[in-house]
Amino acid sequence: MNLKIVVRGVMATAVKDIKIYYKKPPVFIFGLILPTFLFFAFFVGRQLDMEKYYPGFLAMALFFTASSVGPLIIPWEKQAGTFERLLSLPVSIPILVLGDTIAGAGFGLIISLVIFAAGALLLPFPITLMAVVAIPLLFILGNLCFAALGVLLSSPAGPVPSNIMMLAALVRFPLIFISGIFVPLAEMTGTARIVTMLSPLTYLVDGFNHALGNGGALPLVLDLLMLMIFTVVFLLTANYILKRKSLKGL
Amino acid sequence: MPAIEANGLTKLFGEFKAVDDVSFEVPKGQFFGLLGPNGAGKTTTIRMMIGVLRPDQGNVRIMGVSMDREPLLAKEKLGVIPEIGNVYPDLTARENLELFGRFYGLTKRTRMERASALLEELGLGARSDEKIKRFSKGMKQRVSIGCAIIHQPQVLFLDEPTEGLDVQSRRMIVEKVNGMNKAGCTVVLTTHNIEEANRLCHRVCIINHGKIVALDTPERLRSTFEGARSVEVTFDRVVECGLFFDQCITRAEGEGNKLRFYTSDPDEAMNKIMQVRDDLGLTIISLNTLAPSLEDVFVKLTEMSA
Ligand SMILES: Nc1ncnc2c1ncn2[C@@H]1O[C@H](COP(=O)(O)OP(=O)(O)O)[C@@H](O)[C@H]1O
Ligand SMILES: [Mg+2]
Repeated sequence: MNLKIVVRGVMATAVKDIKIYYKKPPVFIFGLILPTFLFFAFFVGRQLDMEKYYPGFLAMALFFTASSVGPLIIPWEKQAGTFERLLSLPVSIPILVLGDTIAGAGFGLIISLVIFAAGALLLPFPITLMAVVAIPLLFILGNLCFAALGVLLSSPAGPVPSNIMMLAALVRFPLIFISGIFVPLAEMTGTARIVTMLSPLTYLVDGFNHALGNGGALPLVLDLLMLMIFTVVFLLTANYILKRKSLKGL
Repeated sequence: MPAIEANGLTKLFGEFKAVDDVSFEVPKGQFFGLLGPNGAGKTTTIRMMIGVLRPDQGNVRIMGVSMDREPLLAKEKLGVIPEIGNVYPDLTARENLELFGRFYGLTKRTRMERASALLEELGLGARSDEKIKRFSKGMKQRVSIGCAIIHQPQVLFLDEPTEGLDVQSRRMIVEKVNGMNKAGCTVVLTTHNIEEANRLCHRVCIINHGKIVALDTPERLRSTFEGARSVEVTFDRVVECGLFFDQCITRAEGEGNKLRFYTSDPDEAMNKIMQVRDDLGLTIISLNTLAPSLEDVFVKLTEMSA
């Protein structure tokens, strides 16, 4: 009985987010335009070996799109005065966190699959059994993980979306430099390697390197496991913070 | 089983007690008013009853279901127009109603049917598919009431639902809520508008500084304030209030030729008034004895508890 209400609440929350927040300008800017811009800034015209860097770029694009919806929802709802109302419906904070995460992951999934399809046409990769198993898992786990990160970033929010967008940008930008996108993890040593191991994006980059035939620096199973662990940690932390901050700014 | 049981509700914001040991029961089908001046703790009380705010002490049951232990089941039974009761400006009126229906688990078909019927009833039929961004405040509030009742709740909470609305919207909302109450829905209404409370509510709870100062039917509250009965007299010319100074008249007010005398003994007061009339050779044009208004009671009680 209760489980039914929970599932229903999660789905209704996700549907609401999809209807309202997929179309918001900040989602476009941070989710679509920014990764495209980064792609041109870092890769085009530099004679880089595209095959070597493509998995990293794919992971980076997925990371930005999946984490672009989450930071928007809660501050926007607080500002519009709909958040309190949402809390009076048969939902709870964990239900809202899950619903927002699924909506964010959905956006990331759609965009990253488009990029992946385009990339696969330009740079065909060997279709192995590992690729067939790993690619769907990486897309699902990666999108959930970074969507949960997006929700986590907005959990301490008051009613001012721009503050949180700023915070989200400040957290997300540095991550792309410590995730083995530009300098492969295998070539890193010492502190740089330790810092890189702390970034969740590292494991997606490494996972894509495995799946797209470049070979990773860590075992693929570890990559998947770490993405799962980060997802759970992000969800639990978001839930913890939001429970305390839910009425901030109301 | 009462529709709502509130037991010892207490809420602290830091050191400040916004709600202090508030308890009451609302029987099924009752129209219950929560009155009090600004900052009295009405909204905080409602927020605890609808499960948005967790009480520091005390508990709430909605149709027998504990808000603390089974919040999802308890919340299913109620509908709310919160004080900051906005709906989604980026969606159309219909989309808003259907979205709320989804949260309550209505099937697609039910959602569509009820949304159409409600929008029609609330006078929004022609504009159902417009984004409510462009709606007036009153129209938005009509969408809001639609969202609150799409699941046909057994208990309805309204926090100042008609504040600042145009007459037409106000009337539509009052009519709809009254209709639902007639059909058996329990209603809790907070309002500043004492006349509205007097007209609609079966029972009112007056709170001030987070505490209940009175809880009774509007009629009985008025009658407990015999001292606030009054006699209203219109003379044929301007008279000075001060002339009517007397033991039996607690207060005289008014300007020009229309005066109002507060008294616990209308008979004695009339004697005094007639005496002044004879002394000055006045003529009485009209005469009324008035029961205390709920507003008088409200002012009196909030003064006493201050
Ligand atoms: N989130 C909050 N944080 C701090 N103080 C609050 C908060 N919400 C309400 N208050 C205070 O509690 C008191 C009661 O507020 P409220 O319940 O909104 O009153 P009412 O609805 O009767 O006008 C007010 O003094 C208000 O300033
Ligand atoms: Mg209020």
